[in-house]
Amino acid sequence: MAAILIHAAIPLTIILVYALVAIWGERKIAGFIQDRLGPMRVGGWHGWAQSIADLLKLIQKEDIIPTNASRFLFKFAPFMMFAASYAAFAVIPFSSAYIGSMINIGVFYLLAVTSILTLSVIMAGWASNNKWSLLGGMRSAAQMVSYEVPTIATVLTVVLVAGSLNLMTVTEMQAGNDTLGFLPNWLIFQNPFLIVAFIIFFISILAESHRVPFDLPESESELVGGYQTEYSGMRWAMFMLAEYADMLLLSLLGATLFFGGWNSPFGDFMGGPAWGFFWFMLKGLLLVFVMMWIRWTLPRYRVDQLMHICWNILIPLSFINLVLTALWEVIF
Amino acid sequence: MIEVISKETGNKEMVINMGPQHPSTHGVLRLELVLDGEIITKVRPHIGYLHRCFEKYAEQMDDYAKVIPYTDRMDYVSAINQEHGYVIALERMLELEVPERVEYIRVIMAELQRIASHLLGIGAFGLDLGAFSPFLYLFTEREKILDIFEKVTGARLLYNYFAVAGLMRDVHPEFKTDTAEFVKTFRPKIKELNDLLSYNKIFIQRTANIGVLPEKVAFNYAASGPVLRGSGVKWDLRKNDPYSIYDRFEFDIPVGTGEVGTLGDCWDRYMVRVKEMEQSLRIIEQALDGMPDEGDVMAAIPKRIRAKEGEIYVRTESPRGELGYYIVSDKSASPFRVKARAPSFVHLSLLPAISRGSLIADMVAIVGSIDIVLGEVDR
Repeated sequence: MAAILIHAAIPLTIILVYALVAIWGERKIAGFIQDRLGPMRVGGWHGWAQSIADLLKLIQKEDIIPTNASRFLFKFAPFMMFAASYAAFAVIPFSSAYIGSMINIGVFYLLAVTSILTLSVIMAGWASNNKWSLLGGMRSAAQMVSYEVPTIATVLTVVLVAGSLNLMTVTEMQAGNDTLGFLPNWLIFQNPFLIVAFIIFFISILAESHRVPFDLPESESELVGGYQTEYSGMRWAMFMLAEYADMLLLSLLGATLFFGGWNSPFGDFMGGPAWGFFWFMLKGLLLVFVMMWIRWTLPRYRVDQLMHICWNILIPLSFINLVLTALWEVIF
Repeated sequence: MIEVISKETGNKEMVINMGPQHPSTHGVLRLELVLDGEIITKVRPHIGYLHRCFEKYAEQMDDYAKVIPYTDRMDYVSAINQEHGYVIALERMLELEVPERVEYIRVIMAELQRIASHLLGIGAFGLDLGAFSPFLYLFTEREKILDIFEKVTGARLLYNYFAVAGLMRDVHPEFKTDTAEFVKTFRPKIKELNDLLSYNKIFIQRTANIGVLPEKVAFNYAASGPVLRGSGVKWDLRKNDPYSIYDRFEFDIPVGTGEVGTLGDCWDRYMVRVKEMEQSLRIIEQALDGMPDEGDVMAAIPKRIRAKEGEIYVRTESPRGELGYYIVSDKSASPFRVKARAPSFVHLSLLPAISRGSLIADMVAIVGSIDIVLGEVDR
């Protein structure tokens, strides 16, 4: 029992600390990109306590439930959304010494659990009994279901090369620094098709975690707040938390699959479990940073263009890529 | 939920309210949309949320000059241009001579204001499409213009600076150097804007072939300004019906080209505004060269204005289009009637014609591209 609680507490701590840092960080990055300062007051040094202050504010806010909303579903949706992304952290290998649950179908489990996110978004959109929420929920359902296909296809490409569904095993086989004599043995350097796979994967996770240019479900200039329109206070904060957690989860998955997970880029130098955690988070956060960078640079796509990109470009490309990777594996 | 059955297709349609508190209706516009899925089958704009009885107020004033601050508040994004139209109308009505120096200062101020207004317009347009950062970059530039205005007039938004046959006060001694400096620093920014936003692939995909306004429809609805020019019509009152001293300057009239899509789409309207900023810079440069350093900023006119009985209609080119003032005098001290022909109001009526059959997301783009200011729509 105690072991289960510890395994539950560690990812939760990581998510919560990360969310506080990332929300502050995103505002700082946005400020930096836009020639302004961002939060500067709360807590002294560069407003580091801003997210904590925001959180305290949100806890105190009134929890409004619209009269005609479906009460149970409305209340339940944000927690289900967070639970889905939180549960997926169980199979992420944070360092060589720690993984929540060492199951052999890790990748499969992760993709299956994150699919629940879609459900909770529809739930929130529909239960709010608001037309804008409904439109947001519908858009998001269409988007997430579509983009799961290329994500899975690219993850499958990696699994094909790695030969395992266990993320720990996938990471372990990326140790060492022998590729072309100097590069780390990360999967992205292993064959050219995996670079293509990574690009498709990254575009797909942008769409799956609702980031610009694919942030249609909550595009505030079109759908007001999308499925979050009617939410307030802590329930809204749960959506926010789940969204940031999802972003981290998919980035960490990308780091594990393509960038060697907790392996140090310098071979044995700065190796070991503690440094492993450092490298792993660094790689994940770098991907998160790129997502934020994109967000503050690009406009957003329209919903039909989004579907066009997914079904007409990314899905065929990812399957062709899968076949070519298989051929490469057979030949070399 | 309000649902209607479409007579044409037999589909169930949903009536949805966009605004008055929607983030991208640029103020308090309310659009009643009838949706078939996400496709718009009908748009009905509802206005009047910002009605401040401009015309009635104008009739109640005991002096023609006292109307000027109210003109500011019509289109609060380009207040100088609104004042400009009104004072020109009065000057023509009273047949007053305006000092040379005043005319130059007015033109420089009006063109600076045009740039500021376009910066806001295209910045907000980008924001509607999800591009957040260009909006703030453009706002930085707009701030510089507002700083110049603040030095000159003491205000940043509503200036009350133009007076009948003159100006309220002379410009700040540094006005010339400030403006020249701004022109110099602003030119490269237009290129940066084109790199970052105008020719961005996603931006083009969102705006090309959307909300196409054919030339004929534009004429039928009496469109003017960038909206009309976006449809490829070379019509600019500064050239076609010159007022003030605009006939002395050399500048081009940019028109829509259909470069990335169809002629008269959202991108064309957007691009006309971008190109117009360059032309405004050209006018400012020429005006700075020609501006006399010394001279009166107020003509000798009687303290109390009394017009002869009669009426006048004067149209000027505001950043949004043809701004007309129709003034009727009955010989008393206060105007008998002041009517403003607001381009935003006219363009808003275009909305149902050009947005049928588009998606909600396009609706946002179309509203952004016609660049309305609700203060001017409702007056």
